[in-house]
Amino acid sequence: MNLLKLPGASAALLVLILLVAWQLTFMAVGAVAIASPAATFAYLAQHLADLGPHIWATGQAFLYALAIAIAGGLVLGLATGLSATAAETAEPLLLAANSIPKIALYPVVLLLFGIGLPAKVAFGAIHGVIPVAIFTMNAARGVPPVLLKTAAVLRLSPMDRIRSILLPSALPEVLTGVRLGFSLTLIGTILGEMFGSQSGLGYLLMTSIGLQNTQIIMAVTVLLIAFAAIVSTALLAWERRLRRRR
Amino acid sequence: MNKITLYRILAVAIPLALIELACRLGWINRLTLPPPSEMVVGLWGILKSGRMNAAMLETLRNVIVAFAGSVVAGIAAGALVHGVAPVRRLLEPLFSTYYAVPIYGFYPLFIVMFGLGDKPEILIGFMLAVVAVITATLAGLDGVPRVLVKTARVLRLGPVRTAWQVTLPYAAPQLFTGVKLAAAYSFIGVIGAEFIMSQSGLGYEIRFAYDNLDNNVMYPLILLVLVVAVAMNGALDAWDRRLRERRRAGR
Amino acid sequence: MEDVQVRLKGVTRVYPGKAGGVHALGPVDLDLKKGEFFAVVGPSGCGKSTLLEMIAGLAPPTEGSVEFEGRAIGAGVPDGVGVVFQENACFPWLTVADNITFGLERQPVARDEVGRRLERALQLMGLQDFAKAYPAQLSGGMRQRVCIARTLVMEPRLILLDEPFGALDQQTRLLMGDELLRLWRATGATVLLITHALDEAAMLADRVGVMSSRPGRILEVIETGWGPDRDSRIVSDPAFGAVTGRLWSLLREQSLSALSPAP
Repeated sequence: MNLLKLPGASAALLVLILLVAWQLTFMAVGAVAIASPAATFAYLAQHLADLGPHIWATGQAFLYALAIAIAGGLVLGLATGLSATAAETAEPLLLAANSIPKIALYPVVLLLFGIGLPAKVAFGAIHGVIPVAIFTMNAARGVPPVLLKTAAVLRLSPMDRIRSILLPSALPEVLTGVRLGFSLTLIGTILGEMFGSQSGLGYLLMTSIGLQNTQIIMAVTVLLIAFAAIVSTALLAWERRLRRRR
Repeated sequence: MNKITLYRILAVAIPLALIELACRLGWINRLTLPPPSEMVVGLWGILKSGRMNAAMLETLRNVIVAFAGSVVAGIAAGALVHGVAPVRRLLEPLFSTYYAVPIYGFYPLFIVMFGLGDKPEILIGFMLAVVAVITATLAGLDGVPRVLVKTARVLRLGPVRTAWQVTLPYAAPQLFTGVKLAAAYSFIGVIGAEFIMSQSGLGYEIRFAYDNLDNNVMYPLILLVLVVAVAMNGALDAWDRRLRERRRAGR
Repeated sequence: MEDVQVRLKGVTRVYPGKAGGVHALGPVDLDLKKGEFFAVVGPSGCGKSTLLEMIAGLAPPTEGSVEFEGRAIGAGVPDGVGVVFQENACFPWLTVADNITFGLERQPVARDEVGRRLERALQLMGLQDFAKAYPAQLSGGMRQRVCIARTLVMEPRLILLDEPFGALDQQTRLLMGDELLRLWRATGATVLLITHALDEAAMLADRVGVMSSRPGRILEVIETGWGPDRDSRIVSDPAFGAVTGRLWSLLREQSLSALSPAP
């Protein structure tokens, strides 16, 4: 059991357990429902190059969407978090917006942007922007008053106050929001591709669902999970390092 | 406080009024977006005709099943995992990256396993919601002061009674945060699954109307989904506030 | 005529609310002489911290005026004033050294001068070994030293301390008191110390202002009569007992009335 204390050991064990569960599911339901781990990885090894254009299309849309979600969330969060009245006004509205099934808005997005990159980007961004805004707002409100008083004693300008006190103080919590925003933006982009595009991993997923091609379904799912898990773990590690210092 | 309520109403009403105006003036093509007032009228007509009642009931039932299941399973699993440190260490990375995983990717698998119908939809809603409850339970139990756990031990309570009568009640406000998220996520999950692939339910009806370019049905239904989500969130939020208020006054 | 650095005239603070609001403080009339060490003691809730915030320019008085070096304090903290708060005001994302030079780097001060002042402050506060540490790695007393050092490097002419040792244990308080006296002698700045600890006020200050319970007024100003070279050893001096005794007899009644619920 001491092996588990090694860094990454428990993560490796977790991956192993999930793979075993996958294999057992495969043995229970058969190849019609799910591709086996072996078949999936074999497919990935052979056809990764074929997936290239789809990965590129998704990646591009995702990066645009993420940039918009983070920038928009920061601006919205700071604008509301800097004033108690604005924060109190905005909080329930933001929480309500967060609880909306955004997929229901998809037809509107498509009608506004048409099929293609802008619709994917918009759909990704509306998924990600709210959590970034909520966490940024709460982070800005949570800055200890004594630090703001110190800023006044040191006669900082309003801009310097935001840049040198507010943002660094809020950073760990903002990062939590960015981590959630990252995940939701990815899901949003993929969802966007499932209905409103002719390319990308989401499109591939949707067509494979129609064709019941379980190998491609599982391959794309594994790729997405691996990407999401790696980035999200890295963001979490950064966040923890910042928090540990506090 | 009244001032804040006024601001909130304005923050919603002004953009709505602007959209209404833009539609009425023809700045926004009414094929793209009809005026909000027409959506309300359309929704009223649909509700009165009762032709969406079956779909609404089905969606509602699936959401409730997914929600209730995720709350019960999530709290139980959270309390269990909290009690066994190695298991928690093992699962922590799963919880922290869980929401980065596109859960809908598993939907086709569920369809093949359970057939097209309620079960895969409920499962998607459940999977989306349950981890939020688990992490809220873990966070809540982490916040229980050690002295309370010691008190439970002095009173010779077993682990189950300690959890049921001491630690979970103490953590109730934080558990409720998880419950709130679970409600939203179950709704999102079920509607999403219906939208992607299904034969009935509100999400399906929106998709069907969209595929048939039937704006007169689609927009009112989208409005309905938004209103239900916001109302549900608002009600739970008000309840949550009451719970926390009581806790603060009791201190 | 002695040189007056801070002059308070009829300073009053009323917190807005129903039925005319809460009268928290005043009217207070008080002069601080240049270079003196002045302490303010009072029962909890008497508005001591409010008084300090108004002198610092962090909060405006409802009525009356505050003058610093002959000029009325408007909105904002005037140049030449440093404040040390009771709470931990270290920036957790910066190292000790970066915390200390934070304000200095926003002033037109040459790089090597910044380095010199940092070195001196680290040395004065006994923080040499912790320059690269983060505040979270330090004890409460050490963190408070960082905040004091951050104030010192700005070379303020008036230092306001709001219960700076409130969160520390008694031994650490006495030692920090010694260091504060040393700094005061070394810098020649005027010091205003807000505290609820009578012995701290009696040991450190030239003059002690005793405040009444809310609304806080200065009841009496007591001269301690210590020489400038004093340190914490005076706590065993019989005269020290006499000073604290007088402070307590003035405060006992006020503290009692502060404890009993308002009518």
